[in-house]
Order: sequence, then C-alpha cells, then structure tokens
Amino acid sequence: METYVMETFIKAFILTSFVGFILSLLIPKKNETIVSMVSYCTIGLQLIGTIFFVGYWIYQGHPEINVKEFSIFKADDYDFYIDLFFDEITATYLIIGVLLTFLITVYSRYYLHREPGYKRFFSILLFFYLGYNIIIFSGNLETLFIGWEILGISSFLLIAFYRDRYLPVKNAVKVFSIYRIGDVGLILAMWLSHHLWHENISFHQLETVAFVNEHLANHSLMGILISLLIYMSAAAKSAQLPFSSWLPRAMEGPTPSSAIFYGSLSIHIGAFIMLRTFHFWENQTSFRIFIIIVGLATSIMATLTARVQSSVKSQVAYSSIAQIGLIFIEISLGFESLALVHIAGNAFLRMYQLLVSPSVVSYKIREQFYNFTPRIKTIEDSFPKKIEYTLYILSLKEWNLDSFMYRILWNPLKKIGSKLNFLSFKNVYFFFILIFAIGIVFIYFRESIPIEILQYLPTSFALIGLLAIIKGFTERNSVRLSWSLILINHFSTVLAISFNEHFDSTHIWWYISGVVIAGLIGFACIQRLRYLESWISLDKFYGHSYEHPKIAFLFLLACLGMSGFPITPTFIGEDLIFSHIHEDQFFLAFFIALSFVLNGLTVIRIYARIFLGPNLKKFQGKTQRTS
Amino acid sequence: MENYKTFNEQETIDKLIHFLPAQAPLKDFITQNRLVAFQSKTFHEAIKDASEIFGYKVYLSFKQYRELYKSKKINKDILESIVNSKKGNETTEYWINKLLFNKDLEEKNKRIGILRSKWKSEYKVDIDTLVHTNLFKIICSYLDQGISIWNFPTADTGLLGSIKELEKNSYSSFFKSKRVKQLLLDDKCEIEYLLNILVGNEKYYEQYLFDQQFAHPGWSGLAAVIQNRPGTLLDTKKITLKDFIILELLLEIDVLDNHFGKIWSPLSQKIENIEFNLFENVETTENDLLLSIWQDAYEFSFYDQVLGAVKLEDKTEKNDPASFQAFFCIDDRECSIRRHIEKIDPQCSTYGTPGHFNVELFFKPENGKFHTKVCPAPVTPKFLIKEIENSTKRKKEIHFKKQTNSLLLGWLFTHTLGFWSGFKLMLNIFSPRNSSLMVSSFQHMDKNSKLSIENTDPNDKEGDLQIGFSIDEMTDRVEGLLKSTGLVENFAPIVYAVGHGSSSINNTHYAVYDCGACSGRPGSVNARAISYMANHKVVREKLSERGIIIPNETQFIGALHDTSRDEILFYDTELLSDQNKKDHCKNEINFNLALDNNAKERARRFLLIDTHDTAKKIHEKVRKRSVTWYEPRPELTHCGNALCIVGSRILSRGLFLDRRSFLNSYNYKIDPEGNYLLNILNAVAPVCGGINLEYYFSRVDNHMLGAGTKLPHNVMGLFGVANGIEGDLRTGLPNQMVEIHEPLRLMAIVEHYPEVILQTIKKNPSTYEWFVNEWVRLAAIHPETGEFYIMKNGEFEYYKPITNSVKTIENIMKLVESSHDPLSVQLIKNN
Repeated sequence: METYVMETFIKAFILTSFVGFILSLLIPKKNETIVSMVSYCTIGLQLIGTIFFVGYWIYQGHPEINVKEFSIFKADDYDFYIDLFFDEITATYLIIGVLLTFLITVYSRYYLHREPGYKRFFSILLFFYLGYNIIIFSGNLETLFIGWEILGISSFLLIAFYRDRYLPVKNAVKVFSIYRIGDVGLILAMWLSHHLWHENISFHQLETVAFVNEHLANHSLMGILISLLIYMSAAAKSAQLPFSSWLPRAMEGPTPSSAIFYGSLSIHIGAFIMLRTFHFWENQTSFRIFIIIVGLATSIMATLTARVQSSVKSQVAYSSIAQIGLIFIEISLGFESLALVHIAGNAFLRMYQLLVSPSVVSYKIREQFYNFTPRIKTIEDSFPKKIEYTLYILSLKEWNLDSFMYRILWNPLKKIGSKLNFLSFKNVYFFFILIFAIGIVFIYFRESIPIEILQYLPTSFALIGLLAIIKGFTERNSVRLSWSLILINHFSTVLAISFNEHFDSTHIWWYISGVVIAGLIGFACIQRLRYLESWISLDKFYGHSYEHPKIAFLFLLACLGMSGFPITPTFIGEDLIFSHIHEDQFFLAFFIALSFVLNGLTVIRIYARIFLGPNLKKFQGKTQRTS
Repeated sequence: MENYKTFNEQETIDKLIHFLPAQAPLKDFITQNRLVAFQSKTFHEAIKDASEIFGYKVYLSFKQYRELYKSKKINKDILESIVNSKKGNETTEYWINKLLFNKDLEEKNKRIGILRSKWKSEYKVDIDTLVHTNLFKIICSYLDQGISIWNFPTADTGLLGSIKELEKNSYSSFFKSKRVKQLLLDDKCEIEYLLNILVGNEKYYEQYLFDQQFAHPGWSGLAAVIQNRPGTLLDTKKITLKDFIILELLLEIDVLDNHFGKIWSPLSQKIENIEFNLFENVETTENDLLLSIWQDAYEFSFYDQVLGAVKLEDKTEKNDPASFQAFFCIDDRECSIRRHIEKIDPQCSTYGTPGHFNVELFFKPENGKFHTKVCPAPVTPKFLIKEIENSTKRKKEIHFKKQTNSLLLGWLFTHTLGFWSGFKLMLNIFSPRNSSLMVSSFQHMDKNSKLSIENTDPNDKEGDLQIGFSIDEMTDRVEGLLKSTGLVENFAPIVYAVGHGSSSINNTHYAVYDCGACSGRPGSVNARAISYMANHKVVREKLSERGIIIPNETQFIGALHDTSRDEILFYDTELLSDQNKKDHCKNEINFNLALDNNAKERARRFLLIDTHDTAKKIHEKVRKRSVTWYEPRPELTHCGNALCIVGSRILSRGLFLDRRSFLNSYNYKIDPEGNYLLNILNAVAPVCGGINLEYYFSRVDNHMLGAGTKLPHNVMGLFGVANGIEGDLRTGLPNQMVEIHEPLRLMAIVEHYPEVILQTIKKNPSTYEWFVNEWVRLAAIHPETGEFYIMKNGEFEYYKPITNSVKTIENIMKLVESSHDPLSVQLIKNN
C-alpha cells in the first residue's frame, strides 16, 4: 500500500509538470495574470506535494523506490523502458528544485511585467522544470536522456530569450553545442553499457555490488570508457574542464532565469549524474583519481578566473564552477551526503548572489566611499612577478577555454566542409541518389559480396553521412542544401546500419518516420518563407521570428524532430540504431555519434540564422551588434 | 572629385569625443541630451542628420503617430495648421493624405560602419567578434572599481603602459601575433602608424576610427568621460581615448595577422574609389519631413491644451496670509505633491525652484573618504559641508564578501551561508523588507547629525574647498533663492525647503532617480543648509539691508521628500518655537495625508496596483515597491515630462497637469531686467531640457539611444551595465523607465514680456542655442494681456490656442481611479 502511494506520487510529479507545461502553451499570451498563474499553480502544487511526499517518505523510513513504468519499445534483448527511481539524492534535488523554481516564479511574475515574451518565459520555465523533474526521477539512462534533451532545448531557448539581439543568439548556439557534446557522451555510454549488460539497465540494479563487479570483471576497459563518457556528459552540463567557459556566456536571459538555470539548478545536473552512477564506478580506482584531479584542476582554474572577473555575473559563475569542482571531488571520495549538502548550499548561495547582483553597485560604491584603501594586496602579489602576470593574463583570457572548442573541433570541420563546396541544392540529390542506389544494390546482393568488403561498408556509409552533415553544418549559403544534407545524413546512417546486422526493419521505420515528417515540415516552412521573403541564406541572422512567429514555432518543432528530440519516434530509433553497432566497431560508433552531434547543431544553426537575431529588414530601432 | 583629406589625429579624437555618449559612471549618471553634439543645428534638421549618420531612430514610427491620431492624441486641426504653415494652404489635403496613408518608409542605410564592414565582405573575417571580447575584458578589468578580487596588477601607468608592463613580464600574452607584441614593446604604436598597416590610405582614417569606435559607443564614451573627469571614479584610473583606440588597433592587427599570416593588404587596396563623407550632405527626404510634421503636431496638440487651459483658468490672487510656505524642487515629480498639499491645506503656498536651493556645495559625510557634489552638474562649487555626529550604522551584506568567491573559504561559506541565503531569499521574496542592499534617500545624511554650514575662518579649508559659507556668502544664497522665486514678503511662520531623493533596491540606475539639480543625489543637505542660512540672525539683518525683511517668528525648516516611497523627513524641528512646533505638527499630518494621495495618484500608472483601494493602503503597497527585489519600477521618475512653467504659481495652481510639468516660481515684477530669469533659464535648459531629451531619445530608440530592458543587465566594474558578459556598456535609460513616456519636447512657458525674455536668453549663447534651435520650445505669457507668444526662428510669434474648452474636475482622487493612461489637461474646481 505504502509503496503504491509513493509510486503514484512520483508519477504525479512528472505528470503535473507536463500538464502545466502543455497548459502554458495553450493560454493566450495577452493576459499576464493567467500566464503566470499557470506556472504559479503548477509549481505551487509541486511544492505542497513535495512537502507531503518527502515527509511521508521519511516517515516510512526513506526507502529507495524503483518504478518500472512501461516499455516504449521492446525487441529481443532490447527494451526501451521508462523507469523512475527515488532515493535521498532525488529527494535533495527535488526539494532544491521545487523550492527555487517556486521562488523564481513568484519573482518573475512581477519582474517580467510588460516584457515582450512574458508567456514565452513562463512556458520555457515550465519546460525546463519538466526536464529537471524527469532527470531527477529517472531510473535509467534512457529516461534520464529524455529529460536531458528537454533541459538542453529549454536552455537554448532561454539564453536566446532576447532573440532580437546578436549576442544572446550567438551564445545560445555556443552553449547548445557544448550540451550536444554532453548528449553524445550519454548516447555512447548507453551504447556501451548496452553491450556490457546485454540489456538496458536501471540505476537500481547498479546498487548491487556483486552484479556490477561480475560484469566489469572481464571488461575493465569498457568500464573505464563508460565512466569517461559519463564524465564527459557531466562535465559539459556542470561546466567542468574543459567546457567551463560556456557558463558565464549563458547569462544572457533575464536575471532570474540566469539565477535558476545557471546559478543553481541546471548547473548541478552534472553532479547528479555522477552521484547516480557512483556505484558503477566506485571500484574503478583510476577513474576516481581522475575525477579528483580534474575536479581540483577545475576548481583552481575557476577560482583564479573568478578572482579577475570584473563583471558580477561572470564572477558568480566561475565561483560556482569552482565549488562544483569540489563537489565532484567529494562525490568521487564517496562523501555523498556532504556533496548533497554542498550542492544545496551552493545552489542557494549563487541564486541569492545573482538575484541581488544589481545592488552591488550602490552597495560597493557606498562601502568604498567610506572605507577606500587604494589597491589591496592579494595573495598573488607574493608570487614572483612573472608568474603573477602570466597567471593574470591567462585568467583574464579564461585560460583560452572559449576558443578551445573552436580550435580542436569546429575549425577542422570547417576546413573539411569547405572542401565539399561542389555540392549545391541542385546537384546534391543527384550525388546521393547515386550513392543510395549503390547502397541498395549492395544490400540486394549482400550475400554475394565478399566479407572483406562487406565489413567495411557500414563504416563507409557512416563516413559518407558524416561528410554530408559536415557540409551541412558549414554551409554558408543555401538553407535548403543544409536541410537536405541533414536528411541525407539520417538516411546514410540507416544504410550503414543495414549492412551491419540482420534485424527487424521496423527498427528502421522507428528511426526514419520522425525524420521524414520533420524534414518535410521543415521544407514546407522554408519554402513558405522563401515565398514571403524572397531570399534567405545562412550567411547572417535574419530574425524572421519578428514577423513570422508561427512559421518560427512550426520550424522549431521540425528542428526538434530532425535532431531526434523526444517528440518523435526517432528518439527511440536513435537508441535502437546504436544497439546494432557492435562493441568493437569503434569507428562506426564514433562517426555516427559525431553525425548526431552535428545534425543537432546544424538544425539549431539553421533555426537561429533564419529566425533569430536582429531583424534584417528593420533599419531603425534595431539592436547594436555589441548590445 | 578628388578631395584628399589629411588625417589630423588630435582633431579626429576631439571629434570622436564630441559625438560619443558622454555618460558618467552609474553613480554619477545624470540625464542629458544624448545628441548634444548636434545641438548647433535646429532640432528636426539635427536629428535627421544623426539618424542617417549613426542609424538612430529619432521619431516614433508612422504607425505609432497614426494610432495617436486615431485616438485623438494628435489633434486634427493642429495637424492641418502645421501642414499649412510648412507647405502652404493649397496642398494641405495632399500632404494630409500622405501623412495618413503613405506606405511605410523606404529605409535609408546608416553611414557609420560601412567602411569597416569591408573586413567581412572582402576579407571574410569577422573582426569585431574576435576583437571585442578581449578588448572589453581588458578595459573593464583595468577600470574596475571593486568587483574583481585580484585587480589589474599594473593599473597605474595608463592603459597602454600597464599592458606593456604586463606583456614584458609574462609568459603569456594578450596577442597571438609576435609582430603586434613587438610593436607594443617597441612603442611603435602611434595611431597613424597602425592605421597605415590596417587601412593604408590617409583619406579613410577618420571614417575608419568612427566606424571602429561606434561599434561600441558605450566603452569608448566611458573612456572619453574618464579622460576628461578622472575624479568620477573613486578608485582613479588613468585612461585616454587615444590609448583605448591604440589598443583596439593592435588587437585588430593581431586578429588579421593570426588569420592571414603576416602578409595581407591594407583595407584601402580593396576599396579604391569609394568615397566616405560621414558628416556631409545629409539630404532631407519626404519621410523626414512627414515625420517632423507628425512630431510637431503631436507636441502642439499637447501644448495647445495647456495654453488653452491657462487662458481659461481662474487666476485671481488670494490675499489671505499663508499658513505655511514650502519650497519644492522644480522637478516634475513634485508637481502633484504640491497640488495635494494645497488641496488639503488651501491656505498654504508652495514654490518651485531647482532642488539645490541655490546652495552649491560638496558634501562629505562623517567617515567618508571622499566628497560628493550636490548642485547642478555644470557648476563647480568652492564650498564643502561636512557632517559630524552621524549616529547611523551601516549594515553589512555578507553575500558581497569576496570570500564567498574564493575556493576553500567559499567551500565553508556554501555549507553555512548557503542555507542562510536560502532562508533570506524566501523572506525577501514573500515579504520584501529593508536591508543593506537598499539605496535609501534618508541615509544620504543622518537626520541627527550636525553640518558645518557656517564658516567663521576663511582659512578653514580642505584642499581648495572652503568649509562652510561666510555670512555674506550665506546672505547671497538666501537672497538669490527668495528673489528668484518671488517670495520676498508676507512670510508665513514656517517656510519649508523640501528637497527630494529616491529609494530603491536592485537598481543600478539609482542616481537618475535622485535630484537632477543635485547631480543625482538627494537634496537633503541643501535643504538643511538653506534653512540654517535663512534662520541665521546676522544673515537676516543683512537681508533686511537688501530689502527683504523676514519676521522674527518666521522659521525655515529643511525637509526631504522620498519620491519613490512618498515619505517626508523634516530636519532640525527641535529648533522651532513653541507656537511653530504646534503648527508644524498640524502641517506634518497634512503632509502625510498629501503623500498618501500622491502615492495613490502615482499608483495609477503602475498597472499591478488596484487604484480603487484607500490611499493609505495603496501607499503601503507603493512603499513596498521600493524594497522589493523584483520590482524594476520603484517609481516612474520623469515619465511624461513635457512642460516647464516659469512664473507665478497662480498660472498652474488651477490646472491638473498629470505630473508632466517642471514648475519654477518666478515673479517678473521684481525682476524687470530678467537677471534672475537668466539664472533660472540657464538651469532649465540643461537640467530640464536634458531630462526631457534623454527621455525622448531613450523612448524613441531604446536599443541604440537607451539601455534596452534592464532585466538581463549585468554590472560591469561598478561603473556600467551590459547585457550578458561580452556586451558593450549600455548608455541612456532602460526601457522600464521610459516605456510609457510620451516623447514630446519640453515647452518652457515663461511669464514675462516677450522682448525681455528674448534679451535675457541672448545673454548666454549656450542657453540661447537650446531655445533658438528648438531643442526646448519657448513660450511667453504676456504678464499684462495674458496673450501667448511662441518662439520661432529666433522671434516670438503671437499664438492663439485652438483649445477653447477644457474639462473641469471636482475630485482628483476619483479621476485617478478612472484610468491607467496619461490624462489630458483639466481645470481643477474650487481651488
């Protein structure tokens, strides 16, 4: 009975936040009171529910609760199921999350008064909260991944809240690209762990030490690899090395949204994954040492950077990163409770600091007026001059982390992309129909192809798909070309996998159906816009959401479909496709994973270029690029 | 047409400084005309130029004007008469048709930025993205006033010197290109030399620098302001715009070197034969003309109402002795509180004058390390008033402690303070309260402290400043105040001098909320000082020699009105005589009632408060706004300002002006030659005109001339705000301050003979410029005939208002409940 009550509660948490979000989309945007009431009631209800539920749960002796909800897709040894889990980690995150979200809702109801985008703000806030809830209640990686994607998109939309300005949009794309890397870490981790356990495993199962050890005994390398991939996702979300520089750049939305997303909740999700998977890697001593080292490095780097920041929000951001570095160390040392206390404290503190950040002017000027001492000596002044100055410059440049991703990833891709300039919207289909024809012929005569050639085919087609998407990603001109290349990338992926294994063709349909529908809707939007505006390209921001908000919204949905967001079957298809990649096919997995990163980015890039940024047609009343 | 221009570095830099926004750091931010550089031309001509050159939006849009026309805010008859006067009778219909139905404008391209955009179009380098982040980071850290914990290590040798020192002694560098680093270290970085590398042809240099600096006018403007007024930063930093430009040029070369290697050709080689004349030959298009007609019609629709109402109102003088007299600031926010107090106590008389009460001084609070100016910005006082025996304790805010941002102490802090934060957060969100985060006007000076107002020894100095005022100096100040406002006889037993200030929280632009005549500070010290002076026995003796006899029982009392909280604080009331004490108690009650009503009147514009409640309850809510973290509009400051009446209170006492008018009391009879008038107009033009135009431009182009919405603002170095962490400093006013402002130019209505007014303003060329170029409109009321004259092209022209009937209201508080929108001018009954 008790378990049943608690299970119902857990489901209700997710369900109500989902209903709240949908409701917020449907109400008219003119009426601020109704818009904010929906959020207020949804989150308020959650808050009351949390108080009762957590109280009851503690009274029941705070048991761990695992709810295996339902299977979305089942085949042979593959089972994509929704699984929910509740323990003291979830409880802590739930309390922090619901409390702070509630405070921010109350805060923003007045703060955003008369702001264009009032409704958009609250819808995104509820969307974010839904994603957060799914993550913290998730009982397996698959469920968690749904929330993870929601968090990514809502972050993107919130950073680009002021979509008529250049910098928010640019930074939103930047942050999204880091998140995407986190996504891929998670997907690959799911892929490998699928091979490790031969099933989709829940977090609950990880708690059985013997079970974990038995599987890891013969696959220690795979274990390390999975752990590293998990770290990659966690580091991306929690702004740890080498991804740290996105956090201050995400502070582009209204102050309360920065406070809740990047000051307190979203930023601690990386730590959440580390806590959740702790039992998986607790016996991998080398990995634990690795976490301690990078945690410490992050902390030191971030502290130094925070010390030289001359803007309030970036200083809070880096201080927070430094504390999260310490939290990672605590987790790695096995001090779970300490880490949870630390997370709560850090969330509250940073939230507070960000919310009162405008007051810093009057307060500090007043302090200075009465207590001014010219140039206070700091600890760094005791260093040798050359070291001091070097550290100062490096810290001011944020240790070059911001350009790091460009140098190691995007710039090489751009180079490759520029080699593919012969492709155009007119000829691209010709090339690819040819390739697909060859592919299909190969499939048809599969039996007669020598095994030596056959084994290279999946990787080759994946590589073709990858090249297509690289071109799509770096295309500067034709929107339609770029969009087509995303589609082609998806088809190439399917083709590649088809050579890999004999499997049920429904898997392919799961994957392709969403993409095709989304692709067509996207094309329709582009055509419509070309008809209305005569010329769009990818070389600059057009800001068309200003005049065509409806097309913008529809296209956004198409984009989500194209990038495998959990609104179409493609989301499950993606996971399915990965399950057909063998554990030793590292290149194939790598190519497909990279494609996955890139097609998400390409989609978002197209959306940003066409619909966001300063409206190109407006001459006056336009925002400065640097504003 | 080969007009070969030679480049003169100093000239170009001076020109840049002239055009860049001259906005002081936040703590000293006061409003001014943002397009002051164009002021030598007439308003419409000038803003049209500014629009084409810099791409500013300078009018409302056609759509907005047409909506105003539809809602009758723009009067049809006035529109026609303006078209008539500009285009003649015959074509009126043709032009009206255009005004109403012309398709949206063919938009012009702005001239600024064209040259530098060639980097992107010809070289495929997005130079701004790559340069700005580093440039802004360096300058912000260099100038930082106390956000960073580890300061710029070498910040005392000027910007370039400091960077050179850093570069010399470091393994790391701001530059990637060795050549650039070497240029800096070898001091080979004259602007011309660097421009030669980048641009290569002298005739483009000036345009290039304008393009470059106007890509981030906020930062460049700040550098220029600090160069001219180093004292505006408490932690002084040496910087010149020149150094800043050099740094940017170096960073640009660095980006290009890094992108192309060492060999790339200067910009001029790719753009031969293109001519750029940034400032020359701006043509007037038909759209410019149409917009200027719309704007004039919009303005005159309001002015005409006012003039019509003035004509109609009952202007009989009362001769009863006043129960008390009170000086208020000229500020438009005091317009309504004066009306309310006069309503509650019809026997009292109020006067308006700039809120420094003719006392210009520096103020140094007890334990203060600096002194702060409290008088109009252009004035440089020679006097210092010090505060002693301050009994208040400043509360500390632990969340701003730098240890919260350190690693190990931060660890401790998050584990402890973190939970305290959570608790305080809830407390403050659910029940907003006073805290150390607040800017409180009453704390500018402690109520119980003593001030060193009187100087007994001329050698008593601090630096160049004399401490306090001598007897003669005090007498001059009091005489000036009384004569300029016309209060020279029939003194009431109590005369209040009510300064004003504002309280708010989480408000980076707090200085703009305070008194503009006190350089963005509350006017409490001035109010106390003038009262002390006017109560001084010897001063009164001297005054009587000059013809002003203040009766013995008359006492002056200083006070401070908090305009966001609607509270009032009286100073030195213990000095009152017994009779006056009794009267004061009565007056204080009346003041508080008036403040309740004032709060209710203000609340009508705050959409979130139900105005049907009682005044007391509404006042409570209004007070709460000033301590609420999430209230970006603690008050609406000067929203709506459009008028300045210089003359007797009788002119405005019977009018409901919806808080839109600056009011300066003035009696033409005692100033036949206009000497005091000159002083008044010398202040009206830059202070009221400055406020008005800052509001105008921030409203019509909130993106480029205003600061945009304040919600995402991030404090930079304590001196400015930017969006996010990588943006340019935002100048002008945030949207929340101006969104409901109606952008009308100020009309100053002066009660005097037109010829005297004309003579008077011509005495000061810079004041004259404001009026003759119509940046502020000037109207005269002939004191004898009551007829109106409006200044046009330097001459007064007779003006007959079209408005011939104005609504009369009986109950203002009922009117207040009726609408959230701006109200038309109305006559007040029974007053």
